[in-house]
Amino acid sequence: MQSQNNSSNMQVSDEVVINIKDMNKWYGNFHVLKDINLTVNRGERIVVCGPSGSGKSTLIRCINRLEVHQQGLIDVDGIELTNDVKNIDAIRREVGMVFQHFNLFPHLTVLENCTLAPIWVKKMPKKEAEEVAMQYLERVRIPEQASKFPGQLSGGQQQRVAIARSLCMSPKIMLFDEPTSALDPEMIKEVLDVMIELAKEGMTMICVTHEMGFAKTVANRVIFMDEGQIIEENEPNEFFDNPQSDRTKLFLSQILAH
Amino acid sequence: MAINEYSGVVNAGDLPDKPAPMRTEGIVAWIRDNLFNGVFNSVLSLVALAFLLYTIPPALNWLVFSANWTGGADACRANPDAACWPFVTARWEQFLYGFYEKSERWRIDILLAILAFGIVWLAIEKMPLKKYMAIFMLVIFPVLAFYMMFGTESALKGIDSTLAAHAASGEFAPLDPLRKLLRIPFAAADLKTVETSQWGGFTLTLVIALSGIVASLPLGVLLALGRRSKMKIISLLSTIFIEFWRGIPLVAVLFMATIMFPLFLPKGVHFDQLLRAVIGVALFASAYMAEVVRGGLQAIDKGQYEGSMALGLPYTKMMRLIIMPQALKIVIPGIVNTFIGLFKDTTLVLIIALFDLLGIVQASIADPNWSIKSVPYTGYAFVAIVFWICCYAMAIYSRRIEEKLHTGHKR
Ligand SMILES: Nc1ncnc2c1ncn2[C@@H]1O[C@H](COP(=O)(O)OP(=O)(O)OP(=O)(O)O)[C@@H](O)[C@H]1O
Ligand SMILES: [Mg+2]
Repeated sequence: MQSQNNSSNMQVSDEVVINIKDMNKWYGNFHVLKDINLTVNRGERIVVCGPSGSGKSTLIRCINRLEVHQQGLIDVDGIELTNDVKNIDAIRREVGMVFQHFNLFPHLTVLENCTLAPIWVKKMPKKEAEEVAMQYLERVRIPEQASKFPGQLSGGQQQRVAIARSLCMSPKIMLFDEPTSALDPEMIKEVLDVMIELAKEGMTMICVTHEMGFAKTVANRVIFMDEGQIIEENEPNEFFDNPQSDRTKLFLSQILAH
Repeated sequence: MAINEYSGVVNAGDLPDKPAPMRTEGIVAWIRDNLFNGVFNSVLSLVALAFLLYTIPPALNWLVFSANWTGGADACRANPDAACWPFVTARWEQFLYGFYEKSERWRIDILLAILAFGIVWLAIEKMPLKKYMAIFMLVIFPVLAFYMMFGTESALKGIDSTLAAHAASGEFAPLDPLRKLLRIPFAAADLKTVETSQWGGFTLTLVIALSGIVASLPLGVLLALGRRSKMKIISLLSTIFIEFWRGIPLVAVLFMATIMFPLFLPKGVHFDQLLRAVIGVALFASAYMAEVVRGGLQAIDKGQYEGSMALGLPYTKMMRLIIMPQALKIVIPGIVNTFIGLFKDTTLVLIIALFDLLGIVQASIADPNWSIKSVPYTGYAFVAIVFWICCYAMAIYSRRIEEKLHTGHKR
């Protein structure tokens, strides 16, 4: 992985794809997300970091409505997230998500995992869905595993299948929730490489991760969260070299310490 | 870095694969390793062995070696201390068909042949068109079986009288073309009515058990989903339904179906006795099934729901394609357990005067021509063997399905 920031050669357009305004969320009486304001432009690669329990997962899960926010506005690609099921379905078709524990479907083969949503959600003919799936499996470099079941693959391979599965829906935005934290060190790179390629192709990405190397290489913006708030937001070089708030400094010193 | 005397060992990593070591070197080693590997285990093995030696040979002797295989009641009377199989061979038709009219028994033969054919087809691994066969067996066969067993006579009469009434009044009925279409196969088959009160024997056992099995799984799935529903009313109603049926004994259900239920029907409305029993058994089994399925649903990781939702799958497709297949796979042993229980519970219809296999055997035992000491034992042994074969077949089938659905190791 290159250590120097090469995000300059990736294009960011000025079209807004995600707009979060004064968003608040509670779990019961527990205020998890406080006054979140965030706009994401097409082509941006945003890394979200922060201590455990700070609400990073909750934030990105609100974007595809896996969690429901109670106050404020979330607008994805011009569609506002409300209780309207049609809007939710429309947004989920445009937003792909990759999870820490892959969440592959263990009873289906790798290929079936990838073709399921195109066939049943997009009504794509099976043949075509399989062709598309094979293309993406090639891009994540595991076409030879297509007929295996997820349980027969390594963690890194499974996560790459999960990425391919999301890509098969041709999403406009990809959300990653700690995609490498359940992986052994030697598998982290293979997954990050795929993500870096994706970024280079101009995919809009929001990625919760503690891989600071990835943040420096790929991100054009780093967001630091603590206790449900966005504390600091900056471009990576500034963020790492010149953190503003004390909490950010503390957090950075802790994760760089080991 | 200081120069070290010790130079590291580097392995080229090209050792050839060796065959796995044999775990046992023959039967003696196996016995030693598995039955006599320790004092406690040895004692246990000896006790078990003694018990088997004490029980198996006399049982086999009674059932097989000194049993009466030929002759009639007289032969059995002469040798009353062994099984009397002529009793079964003399009565097997009744055991199989009950009181079903003799001239019409070919109808049951055809159905049994189709049933056996279908089951074998579905049980063989590499059979083609399994999906269509399953749909045929689950949807078309029950309808076919009903009309073949009950006859088409009364259905035909009903259609004809409706058509005649419409023709007489000149009334336009949109369903009449459909009635005319249905009339064709009914008229062609022209099977005379055999009232359900004449059904009996193993046929009746199969009718009740298979209806219960076919109805209880989908009902149970719906109830399980209902009980876990976020809509409180649906969840409450499902829970009440399940707990009601689970809370009362099947015998009470059957009594209620026969004695109490008719009291609530308007006068003159006839509701078939057998149908009531079948519904009772099916609802009873579906309550158990619901809890089995719910157990499977609970074992599914939240991530499976999230993975499906993130891909944009709507609820019904998520359930049908992702959650249910996994949940049902987990609880196959529980499902088959419920089926086996249901199969054996059908014998309880005896108390509402329906003569299933056990009922008919029991009635035959009372025949004075066969009042021989060994006959009741033989009859019950026969029933036990038939039931055991059916239940064990289900157990084997379930194990095969489990093996087939196994997809790699779990995380
Ligand atoms: N379903 C829930 N019900 C109640 N509280 C929850 C729920 N999910 C998360 N929380 C709480 O909300 C807070 C934020 O959780 P979240 O998962 O967003 O944190 P995170 O920043 O992703 O942490 P981590 O780095 O450990 O993944 C935590 O304190 C957590 O305990
Ligand atoms: Mg998290």
